[in-house]
Amino acid sequence: MVRQLRPDRLPPLSLLDLPPKDDGLAGARLAIEDNNTTGRFLKQNFALELIESDNTDELVAEARKMVEGGIGFVVSDADAATQIKLADALKDLDAVVFNVSAPDENIREEDCRANLKHTAPSRAMLADALAQYLAWKRWGNWVMIIGPAPQDEALAQAYRRSAQRFGMKILEERKFKYDPGNRRSDGGFEQIQQQIPTFTQKLPPHDVMIVVDEGELFGEYFPYRTWDARPVAGTAGLFPTTWHPAIELWGGTQFQNRFKRLANRNMRPIDYNTWMAVRSIGEAATRKNSVERKPLIDYMLSPDFELAAFKGRKLTYRAWNGQLRQPLVLATGKMHVTVSPQPGFLHQYTELDTLGIDRPETKCRAYVK
Amino acid sequence: MKSLVKLGTAAFLSLSAISLAAQPASAYRVFVSNEKENTITVIDSEKLEVVHTIKTGNRPRGIILANEGKWVIVCTSDDNRMQVYDSKTYEWVKDLPSGPDPELPILHTSGNPLYVSNEDDNLVTVVDIFKGTIITDIPVGVEPEGMGMSPDGKILVNTSETTNMAHFITTDGFKNVDNVLVDNRPRVAEYKSDGSEVWVSAEIGGTVTVINPEDRKVKAKINFEIQGITKDAIQPVGVRFTKDNSKAFVALGPANRVAVVDAKTYKVEKYILVGQRVWNLGMTPDFKLLFTTNGTSNDVTVIDVASEKPVKSIKTGRYPWGVVSSID
Repeated sequence: MVRQLRPDRLPPLSLLDLPPKDDGLAGARLAIEDNNTTGRFLKQNFALELIESDNTDELVAEARKMVEGGIGFVVSDADAATQIKLADALKDLDAVVFNVSAPDENIREEDCRANLKHTAPSRAMLADALAQYLAWKRWGNWVMIIGPAPQDEALAQAYRRSAQRFGMKILEERKFKYDPGNRRSDGGFEQIQQQIPTFTQKLPPHDVMIVVDEGELFGEYFPYRTWDARPVAGTAGLFPTTWHPAIELWGGTQFQNRFKRLANRNMRPIDYNTWMAVRSIGEAATRKNSVERKPLIDYMLSPDFELAAFKGRKLTYRAWNGQLRQPLVLATGKMHVTVSPQPGFLHQYTELDTLGIDRPETKCRAYVK
Repeated sequence: MKSLVKLGTAAFLSLSAISLAAQPASAYRVFVSNEKENTITVIDSEKLEVVHTIKTGNRPRGIILANEGKWVIVCTSDDNRMQVYDSKTYEWVKDLPSGPDPELPILHTSGNPLYVSNEDDNLVTVVDIFKGTIITDIPVGVEPEGMGMSPDGKILVNTSETTNMAHFITTDGFKNVDNVLVDNRPRVAEYKSDGSEVWVSAEIGGTVTVINPEDRKVKAKINFEIQGITKDAIQPVGVRFTKDNSKAFVALGPANRVAVVDAKTYKVEKYILVGQRVWNLGMTPDFKLLFTTNGTSNDVTVIDVASEKPVKSIKTGRYPWGVVSSID
């Protein structure tokens, strides 16, 4: 597993959301255990090697060395640029990279790579998951509050696309220009309580406020503080996610318990994404009864491959860009509210392709034979 | 008889007791565990009406008969134990130990011991139902679930949901003799009564695997196709055979249908529309009626086995899960 350390990244607002040291890594460890329980019956053994650095070139060089040494599967928690560098550095070798963290559209579209798979959902998938539910609720009039970071603009773009796709209207967008400062101080709420109502005054009549703050630096200030009494969704309030520590659907309880016994904490979305990546490898090894890299990589791309991942249905990889299809959970801090795709959003092949960019729209050409 | 004139629950209860006494031989009591409601609904198979509701421990799921039909044993999963109720008086008899999160129990053909899959710790627990003690634990795959018993009582088949295997285990010595790979998330393992085949349903894989218990080779894989229903929604769980093993009924989860399969050619003959998210199936001992638990619509569908037609839906408690019929 490759982990890009990002010491410059600001911590999220809530003390509850501070990333643990083994964020993502613990998911890989659980999947290795699960793979080995099955492997025990097939005489297969799985092991995890870890490369950590804040230097991209170092990560890439180390990963290449390991792949040359015989490792075929690289699970990567890194930003989009690093994912591409990593995939390119390994392209002449029998290896596949699993992106477990970057939501960027471009690495699934125009900059896609044939040896780069994604268990992390894209921004378009996340936005579509929320938009479908708001459409189901007939909360069709939105206002959108957008943070200052470049990734906030990228996510806002995903929401604009979703709104258009599902017939929602964005009546006004406001940029929240905000210097987060230090996340902790003794006090703070007194000023926030004044600041947010003022900022949200005189918005057009709307059903829901979409807050776009991917870094979770200010979004949590919005619920219960807006000028109008309207629900907040997006990155605060009701948010789309791959996983939630309160999910007990689809046999999820045992999965959560296994994770907690291993890591002594709740499972976070990136743990889940990593678990799915490592389980994909295990599942392929089980079905092919092999640990040879090439057949497993080919099998994962074939229509026969399917992954059971506590989402109530089989998960598969999109054949045109290597993105894992999956139902997405809409949740609040405490628990899930619903799961998208929503009933009634139909698709010719699989309803899961109503989330994100579909085959006819894709700009990815790396998989075209 | 004086209680007949009383109003309310007391009258209802005594009425049911009277009707039991007056039943013809063919009326059975069908017990349905309600996962979300912590109750067992008791249905009269002749009148097709609810005659009683038993309050149970937390999250009742797998349910079987034991002690020559005198007991109903139910896994109360969230209490990490099983409970025993009298199948005639509906009184609580005792609790039985299990591992964490027991899900499906099965009895040895001799009537004792009981084997129960514990979903939360990769173990099957072997329990003496009369002494109320744990005999041993058998390590199996991740998330053990389905339990099948060979008619000769020699082999226990356990499926594990995340390992995706059917484990063949000897009941004499608990030796793991074979592990057969099946499709994703296996749920139920069911032997034909002649012991010639064991069928394993795979909920996420959407298939039923037919295994020859002699050599543990896969004989066939059954796929399902329903017009207007996506493949993802076809999620096989419960499997029951007719008396002569010529046909099988397979519950298909959120496809809301029970498939009728020719158990010799493995061809699907028809799909019977039932309630929503149909999981487990229970047959009356005369093999005339099949009860299906429809989790999200809070009912059971009663299917007439001879005509393969649904005859009635009966409201149960919330999220009906398992079902078993009395033997008399």
